[in-house]
Amino acid sequence: MAVDTPSQSVAKAAGDVVARGPRRGTGSRRAPKRSLATHWYAWAMVAPVVIVIAVIIGYPLVRGLYLSLTDANERNVARTIGVNEIPATYEFVGLDNYTDALTGSQFLGTLGWTVVWTVSCVTLTFALGLVLANVLNRRIAGRSVYRMLLILPWAIPGFVSVFAWRFLYDERRGMLNQILSGLGMDAVPWLNDPLMAKFSVIAVNVWLGVPFMMVALLGGLQSIPGELYEAAEMDGANAWQRFRNITLPGLRSVSTTVVLLSTIWTFNMFPVIFLLTRGGPGEATQILVTQAYKFSFEISPRDFAQSSTWGVLILVLLMIFAAFYQRVLRKQGDVW
Amino acid sequence: MRRGIAATALVAALGVTLAACGGSDGGSNGGSKGSGELSGTVTWWDTSTVGSEDKVFKKIAEDFTKKHPKVTVKYVNVPFGEAQNKFKNAAQAGSGAPDVMRSEVAWTPEFADLGYLAPLDGTPALKNQEDFLEQAAASTKYKGKTYAVPQVIDSMGIFYNKKILKEAGVEAPASIADLKTAAAKIKEKTGKTGLYLRGDDPYWFLSFLYGEGGDLVDADKKTVTIDSEAGVKAMKTVKDLVDSKAAITDATNGWDNMQASFKDGKVAMMINGPWAVADTYTGKEFADKANLGIAPVPAGSAGQGSPQGGHNLAVYAGSKNLDASYAFTEYMSSPEVQAQIAKELSLLPTRQSVYLQKEVVTNPMIAFFKPVIDKAVERPWIPETGSLFAPLGVEYTKVLTGQTTPEQGAKAVGDNYRKLLKDWK
Repeated sequence: MAVDTPSQSVAKAAGDVVARGPRRGTGSRRAPKRSLATHWYAWAMVAPVVIVIAVIIGYPLVRGLYLSLTDANERNVARTIGVNEIPATYEFVGLDNYTDALTGSQFLGTLGWTVVWTVSCVTLTFALGLVLANVLNRRIAGRSVYRMLLILPWAIPGFVSVFAWRFLYDERRGMLNQILSGLGMDAVPWLNDPLMAKFSVIAVNVWLGVPFMMVALLGGLQSIPGELYEAAEMDGANAWQRFRNITLPGLRSVSTTVVLLSTIWTFNMFPVIFLLTRGGPGEATQILVTQAYKFSFEISPRDFAQSSTWGVLILVLLMIFAAFYQRVLRKQGDVW
Repeated sequence: MRRGIAATALVAALGVTLAACGGSDGGSNGGSKGSGELSGTVTWWDTSTVGSEDKVFKKIAEDFTKKHPKVTVKYVNVPFGEAQNKFKNAAQAGSGAPDVMRSEVAWTPEFADLGYLAPLDGTPALKNQEDFLEQAAASTKYKGKTYAVPQVIDSMGIFYNKKILKEAGVEAPASIADLKTAAAKIKEKTGKTGLYLRGDDPYWFLSFLYGEGGDLVDADKKTVTIDSEAGVKAMKTVKDLVDSKAAITDATNGWDNMQASFKDGKVAMMINGPWAVADTYTGKEFADKANLGIAPVPAGSAGQGSPQGGHNLAVYAGSKNLDASYAFTEYMSSPEVQAQIAKELSLLPTRQSVYLQKEVVTNPMIAFFKPVIDKAVERPWIPETGSLFAPLGVEYTKVLTGQTTPEQGAKAVGDNYRKLLKDWK
C-alpha cells in the first residue's frame, strides 16, 4: 500500500496532468451522459480494476487513517466470536497518537536507523550494480552465463534466500562461522552483536537488490549510442573521462528512476529485517515498518492505533521524499 | 458480437469467483446436536516440540476417534513461539481458528479476557475437577468461570551432561557461584562451555529473578517489581555469566541452538523444563538416557526459585462443533491419557490420581520435577500476564548484548509495565 501510493502521486505530479489533463477534463464534462452511453463498455471494463483497487488499497488506507486518530487496541475493537458479539468501545482521540510518536524517542530513534539503513543499502546496491553492469556490458567470454548467475538472487523468492542467509549467519552452526573456524579464526556473532547485526542485514539486502540495479542499468547502458564512445576515443578521452562524461549522463534517466524505487522499497523492506533478526538483538535492527508490525501483531494487547499512526507517518515521509527528490531533479534540468 | 462474447465471459468469470468465495464455508464441520452421537471435525492446535513430542500427541489425539468413530480429529502442530499470535489472528478474524487450542498458562486468562474462549463450567469438558492439582487449575479460572482444562504442568531445573561433569570433576551446581566455578573447571579440563543461557526468551530469565527474591509484578499490592533491586541484580547476574564466558547465549534461534549444543555435548549444562526431556533424549550424548542428570536451578542470593508453567486445553468460543470439542478436551485431560503422556514423554500430569500410578512415579524426570513444582513460583493469572514477556524480552536481550546497562534495562521494563497496567505503582 505504502509502496504504491507515493510513486503514483509522483507520476501524477510529473507533468502528465499538466500537459493532458485539461483537455481530457473538459471533454468528459461537456457531455457526461453521452459519454456514458457510448463508452459504457469501457467503463464496464475499468470497473473491476477500480473496485479491486478501492477495496484492497483505498479501504485499508482510509481505515488506517481513521484508526490512527483513535485509541483502538485488541481489547476494545468489535469482534464476533461464535455467539458472543463484543461491540467496539474505542474512542476518538484526535492527534494524540501523532504527538506521542513525534515527541517520544522511539519513533525518532527507529527513523534514524531506518534512514541509515536505506541510504547505505541504496548507495551500495547502486554502486555495485553500476560496476557489474559496466563489466557485463563489455564483450567478455561467458557473458550470458555471468548475467544469468547475477540475476539469480532476484529469481529466488525473497523469503527463501533470507532464510538461507539466516542459516549461513547462525553463530554456532552456520556455514560462515564453520568456514572461519576452518581457517583458524574466531566465530563472528553475525546476528548476535547489535553492530554486527546491522552490517549483516545490510549485506543481505544489498545481495538481494543488486540484480535489479544491474539489469536496469545494463538496459540503460545498451541504449547509449556506441558512436559517442568512438568519437570520444578519437578526441583522446581516457576510460575514466568516457565514463564520467558519457556513461553517467547517459544513464541519468534510468538511474533516477531506480534510485527512487529502490529507496522506497528499502525503506519498507519488511522481509529481510523480520525474517533475519525480527528487529533484534533487542531493537537494534528494527526499522519503521517492522516496528509498526510489532505494534499490531506481536505485542499484547495489540496496539492498532499506534501501528496505524506509524503507517501513516511512513507514507507521509515517503511522499515528502518523493516530492523533494523530484524537485531537485527538475532543478537540475531533468524533464522526468 | 465479439464484444457480447467478451462481456458474457466477464460476467461468467465474476460469477464463478463469487461462487468460489461463498462455497468454502460449507461442509467443514458437521455439528452433532440431537442424536447424542458426536460427529464432525475437531481441529486441535498443539504446540509441543516437533520431532519428539508431536508424534505422541498426534497419535493420542487421533485415538479419540476410537471412542467416537464419527468424529474426525485434525491435528495441527503450531510452533510454540508463534501460537499465541496465530491463535489471536484467527480468533479475531473469526475464521481459521481451531476448535481446541493448547494454551500456555499465561495465555489462558488473556484469551478468556478477549472473549475468545468458551466457558467450560457445566459442560462435559470438565470431569472430576477436584482431582486437578490446585496450582494447575489456578490459571484456568478467570472472573469466576473456568475457561480451560489443565493438560500438563511444569517448572524448570538444570539439565547436565553427567559425563562432562565427571570428566571435569565437578558436581551439579547448587548456586550461581558454584555454577561459575564449575564452568571455569569444565572449560579448563574439557575445553567445553559450562552453560547455555537462552538469551532470546525471557522465560529463561525468571529463575534468576526469583533466585534474587524478585518478581515481575506484585498483583496483590498492584505494584511493578521488576525494576526493584532484585530485578537489577538478576540482570547483572545473567550479564556476568555471559561476560565471564561461563555461559554462551544467542539473540536469535535460541531454542534450536540450545538443544543442539547440549545434545551434541558442546555445553555441559542448560536450564530447561520437562518439555525438553523427550527432545534431549534424541541427542547422541544421551543415547544412554542415564547420562542426563537433573538438579534444581542454581540458587541466587535469596535461594532457589523456578517458575511454574504448563499448558491448558481451551475451547474456542466460535467453534462450530462445541460438543465434540468438549468431549475431546475431556479425553485429552483424562487420567488414562495423562498417564500415557507421562510415560512416553516424561511430561507432568495435572491430576493427583495419576501420580498414584507406579509407572508414573518411578519415571526419574517426573520424580524430580514433582517436588520442584510444589515449591515453584506462581505468576499472577491476570490477563496482562501474557503481555509481560514482550517488553522484558527486548530489554533482556539488550542487557545481554551490552546495548544497555542492567539498571537501565530493568527500569525500561518497569516503565513499560506501568503503561500496560494502568494505575499500578
